[in-house]
Amino acid sequence: MSDVITLADGAGGKASRRLVEGLFLAELRNPMLEPLSDAALVSANGTRLALTTDAYVVRPLVFPGGDIGELAVNGTVNDLAVSGSTPIALTAGFVIEEGFPVDELRAITHSAARAAKAAGVAIAAGDTKVVERGAADGLYITTAGIGLLDPRVDLSPARVRPGDRVLVSGSIAEHGIAVMLARGDLHLELDVVSDTAPVNRLTAALCALGPSLRWMRDPTRGGLATTLNELVAGAGASVVLEEQAIPVREDVRAACELLGIDPLYVANEGKLVAVVAPDAADAALAALGAAAAIIGEVRADDLPLVLAQTPFGGSRIVDMLVGDPLPRIC
Amino acid sequence: MRYVDEFRNTRAIQAVAAELKTLVEPGSHVKLMEVCGGHTHAIYRHGLDMLLPDEVELVHGPGCPVCVIPMGRVDDAISIAERPEVIFTSFGDMLRVPGGRRRSLLEAKARGADVRIVYSPLDALDIARSNRDREVVFFGVGFETTAPATALTLLRARRESVRNFSVFCNHVLIAPALRAILDSPDTEIDGFLGPGHVSTVIGTGEYEFICRDYRRPVVVAGFEPTDILQAVALLLAQLREGRAEVENQYGRVVREEGNPAALAALEYVFKVREDFEWRGLGPIPRSGYRIADELGEWDAEQRFEVPGARIEDPKACRCGDVLRGMAKPFECSVFGTACTPEKPLGTCMVSSEGACAAYYAYGRHRLAVA
Amino acid sequence: MCLGIPAQVVERLDDGLAKVDFGGVRRSVSVAFTPDAEPGDWVLVHVGFALAMLDEDEAQATLRLLGEAIEAELAS
Repeated sequence: MSDVITLADGAGGKASRRLVEGLFLAELRNPMLEPLSDAALVSANGTRLALTTDAYVVRPLVFPGGDIGELAVNGTVNDLAVSGSTPIALTAGFVIEEGFPVDELRAITHSAARAAKAAGVAIAAGDTKVVERGAADGLYITTAGIGLLDPRVDLSPARVRPGDRVLVSGSIAEHGIAVMLARGDLHLELDVVSDTAPVNRLTAALCALGPSLRWMRDPTRGGLATTLNELVAGAGASVVLEEQAIPVREDVRAACELLGIDPLYVANEGKLVAVVAPDAADAALAALGAAAAIIGEVRADDLPLVLAQTPFGGSRIVDMLVGDPLPRIC
Repeated sequence: MRYVDEFRNTRAIQAVAAELKTLVEPGSHVKLMEVCGGHTHAIYRHGLDMLLPDEVELVHGPGCPVCVIPMGRVDDAISIAERPEVIFTSFGDMLRVPGGRRRSLLEAKARGADVRIVYSPLDALDIARSNRDREVVFFGVGFETTAPATALTLLRARRESVRNFSVFCNHVLIAPALRAILDSPDTEIDGFLGPGHVSTVIGTGEYEFICRDYRRPVVVAGFEPTDILQAVALLLAQLREGRAEVENQYGRVVREEGNPAALAALEYVFKVREDFEWRGLGPIPRSGYRIADELGEWDAEQRFEVPGARIEDPKACRCGDVLRGMAKPFECSVFGTACTPEKPLGTCMVSSEGACAAYYAYGRHRLAVA
Repeated sequence: MCLGIPAQVVERLDDGLAKVDFGGVRRSVSVAFTPDAEPGDWVLVHVGFALAMLDEDEAQATLRLLGEAIEAELAS
C-alpha cells in the first residue's frame, strides 16, 4: 500500500480489497466482521438479524434516474435483501456542507422517504452534521440497516457447488454510465438512467427456493466482475460465463466501448446476482422476471477464476478490477 | 450495415479459423507479429489465439504508445501537473503509468494535482476556454492515429487565441519502430499484421519497406475477430506462395493513400525529432514528433521547465525482448509476481493493451491449463 | 490501433463539427479530416475526430469473403 489513499482504493476492486483486509480488518478483527459480507449476521436472544452500513458519496447528487437520497435507501435495503433478510428499519446520517440549498436538501430527503415507502421500510433514526464550506462536496449520506433473516436460507459462497447456475436479474452497467455521463466531462448523449431500485421483493421470491438458493449479491461498485470474483474466492470454484448471455442494453454497450470500459466492471444499483442449484434455475428465472438471465455456471477448479466464454470457443479471464474504470483510448 | 456485428459473426469466425488449418504445413512454425495494442487487446479479449493452428505463433509488437513512453517523460508530465496553476488533462490510460519513483499521475492527483481525464484533445481545449485563469496542458500520447487530433486542436487554439492551453507532445511514429525491430539481430518474425487505425492516416505505402528491404509480408488488419483471422489467413497464404507484399484486409476503412487532410495537418503542426526514446527499445531516430516553431507558444515543453531526466528500466524487466517479439510475457521472471497490472515494473504491463497486461488480464489461465 | 469506433453521421454542425450516433450514444465530433461526411454516412471516430469514411462496398466485399469461407467449411 502507498502512504496516501488514492481513488483506486475506493473503486471496489483489488485496491479496495487490500485496504479493507490490510487495514480495517486487521485493526477491527472479530468473528462477525470476518466474512466481510454485504451484511453481518448478528444473533440476539435467538433471533437472527442482518446488520449493514453504507456511505453515499455519489457525484453529482442528482443524476438521470435518481438522486443520492433514493440511492442511499435502495442501496442499504439491497445489502440487507441479498443477505437473505427482510429489511425492517434504516438509519440515515446527513453530513451537509455549509451553504447547501435547503430546497435541494428537502428534495433529496423527499426522495429518500419515497424510496423507503416503496421498499416497505422505515427510516427510524438519523443524524445531521454541518461542516464548513468546501468540506463535504455538498452532501454525504451514511446509513445503517437492520433486517430479519429468513430461516429458510443459509447464504454463503461456501455453499456453492459445481454445476450451480449463475443468474442476473436484468441488464447491467446502467447506473455507472448514467452517473459518469451526468458529470458532464465526456460530452456523450444517451438516454440511459440509473437503475437504482430496491430488490427485496425479488430476493424474497428467491428465498422461497430454500436450500437451492446458495448465495446472492448486489453488484454495485466494481460491477458484476468484482462481485463474481469475490464469489469464486469464497467458493473455491470457478464461474464460467457465457459472454452473449449477459444482458447489456445496446446503447450502454456502445457507450462502454467508446470509453474503453468493460460493462462487467460498471456499477449497478438495482440488480442482483444469484447462484442456485441447477434444478432450481428455471424457478429462479421465473421468480426474477422477464429481464433476468442465466449467465453462467459454477465449475470445479484448482485455480478459482471468473472466465468468460465467447460463442466461437475462445475464453478469457474476467479479473478483479484494477484501479478505476478509466476510459481507455489506446 | 452496422459495421460491427457483421464482423463478429460466430459462423464466420469458425469458418476462417478452419481455413487457417489448411494454410499451414503441419509441424512448421510461423511467427507473426501484431504491431498494434488494439490488436493485442482484441486477440486476448476474444480468445482468438486459442483458435489458431499450433503452427502459428502470434507475438506482440511495440504498438502500445502508452507502454513506450519513457519513465523520465512521465516524470516530466507529473512535474507539470503538480504546478498549482495547471489543469493537466490526459487520456485515461496514462494515469497509472509509473514514472521514475513508481509515482504516477493518479498518485499526483491523490496528492492534490488537478489531473483530469479527457476523451478528446478538443475537450481539453474546452476546459481551457472555461478556465482562463488556469494553465491547461494536454498530454499528447499516441501514434499517427492520434497525432492529427492533437494537431488540429493546436491549430484551433491558435485560431481562437486560447493562450492558456499547451500540449506536452509525446506522439510517436510506427514505421521507424518497425524498422528498429527488423534491424534487431535476433528477430525471427515471418510476417506482420499491420496497424489498422494508424493506416487510416498514413496509408499502406508506409509499410512497403518491410517487403522490399526485409522480404516479409504485411497485411493491414481491422480489429474485429473476423478481420484478425482473415489477415492471418492472408499472411499464411503469402508465406506459402513465397510472396512479400502489403495487402489491405481493412479496405472498408483504410485507403492506400491514407487521409491526406490528416497528413497535411501533421506536416504543418509537427516536426520529426532527431531521435526519441522508446521505453524498452531505446532511442529510435526520427521516430517522435515535436511541435513546430510556428506553434511554439502552445508547446508545453517551451512553456514549462521539466526535469528531462533519462531513467533506466528496472534490471529484471524484459520488456525490450517482449516488444521485439523475442520473449513471451510469461517468460519474464517477474511476470505476475513483482510485475502486475496494479504494480507494473515495466512498460508492457502498464497499459491494458500492453502484451503483458493483456496476457495477465485475459490469458494467464492458459498456463495453468497447459 | 487505438480505439476507433464506427458511427453514423446524424447532422452537420457549425465549425467543422458533426453529431454522430454510435448505436444509441451521440457525441459531436470533428469532421475536419472527413469534410464530405453527410448525414447517413458512416465514419470511424477516434478521440473525437472522424478519421475515415466507411466504404460500404468494401465492407460488403469483406463480408462476401467471409461468406465464402463459411461455404468452404460447410462443403469440406
